Amino acid sequence: MTFDEILNIPPYSLGKTEKEKLLTERLAELNKLHQENCPEYRRMMEAIDFDAQKIKSYADLPYLPVRLFKELELKSVPQEDVVKTMTSSGTTGQAVSKIYLDRATSSNQQKTMVKIVSDFTGSSRMPMIIIDCPSVVKNRAMFSARGAGILGFSIFGSKKIYALDDDMKLDVEGVRNFLDQYQGQRILLFGFTFMIWQHFYKELLRLKEEGVTFDLSNGILIHGGGWKKLISEAVSHDEFHQKLKAVCGLEHIHDYYGMVEQTGCIYMECECGHLHASIFSDVIVRRPIDFSEADIGEPGIIQVVSTIPESYPGHSLLTEDEGVIEGIDDCPCGRKGKYFKINGRLKNAEIRGCSDTYATKF
Amino acid sequence: MSNIEKYNNAFIETFEITEDQLAGLKYQDIAAWDSVGHMGLIAALEDAFDIMMDTDDIIDLSSYEKGKEILAKDEYGVEF
Repeated sequence: MTFDEILNIPPYSLGKTEKEKLLTERLAELNKLHQENCPEYRRMMEAIDFDAQKIKSYADLPYLPVRLFKELELKSVPQEDVVKTMTSSGTTGQAVSKIYLDRATSSNQQKTMVKIVSDFTGSSRMPMIIIDCPSVVKNRAMFSARGAGILGFSIFGSKKIYALDDDMKLDVEGVRNFLDQYQGQRILLFGFTFMIWQHFYKELLRLKEEGVTFDLSNGILIHGGGWKKLISEAVSHDEFHQKLKAVCGLEHIHDYYGMVEQTGCIYMECECGHLHASIFSDVIVRRPIDFSEADIGEPGIIQVVSTIPESYPGHSLLTEDEGVIEGIDDCPCGRKGKYFKINGRLKNAEIRGCSDTYATKF
Repeated sequence: MSNIEKYNNAFIETFEITEDQLAGLKYQDIAAWDSVGHMGLIAALEDAFDIMMDTDDIIDLSSYEKGKEILAKDEYGVEF
């Protein structure tokens, strides 16, 4: 099965049985591809006596710990085919993952993201406010997760403005002019959770006290990168929503969960507050005690699978996040597939995520 | 300026290249045409022809020649 065939299927249209069949077929193929083309991966499979014949479901496939990409340079294509290397976000001194992309994988990541996000925003492009500073995308040879996130979402922007300058100060006049220019249109806002709170919300609040207000009731905000710091500041998901609405009228807010090791396959939060797995990927929650699959409602360690990675063996990974499946195929928003919640990072796990690593400076 | 001149200029100015490099040029062939450069090219083309491209077309625009094909479609109506 080629990835193009999967791209033709609407992203939330398959029920449990159909999706399992699709993922099992595609992921078993990817497993074989990486065994053939990535020597390290092949040796790992040999070491565990991996037998493809025994795979009945994609949940039976082995998974690599996500931090292995920090320790090994894993790729399944020759170096000359690598067009982009992406790195995970990390705090100062932390090792970063390196993810090697060829043309096909890189392009499939962007195509997938467009399919997923369009399901929430519609396919038309909108004027876009990026709640970050322009320097994040400057270093083009090495892409940080933060830059990759911004760039990936940029495709939805018709005209774009960075709301913050390189000192992370809100460009009040720039944002004002931008909003005046596109008055009455739907505006897309994108940023990372902590930066939005620290440099956008708090500044809007301060300005409001001075009598300067912004109307973003036409806005749709997509944010990601982790809640850790906000939880420690006792800012809950609901409060984040309520306060942003109170300060600028912003009502349509979607969190997303995703990681640089599986770029493209993001998990968007729906109108009901649930993170959704599309047909391009899935989450499996595993019990920490024996790594068996947890039941719905039972918290455990998150494994992620993605149908995209062809240039590096990252199609099945065990994360260091804890989460819980809330249901399958029956979210009131109408989207099929699993929906879930992230509880946070496992104890003693490294800090990562574009929002959380940045927040360690505060 | 003719449409082909506008089209060529978008590439030449965005990627800082010369006209003789255009034929056969593909995404990721030169350092300047990476994913950041790509969004710059799209912005330049949209300004030059006063159009708004679909996300699918932005992704499909993978070479100098392919871009002409895309812009010639009915919804953009650029004649070369």
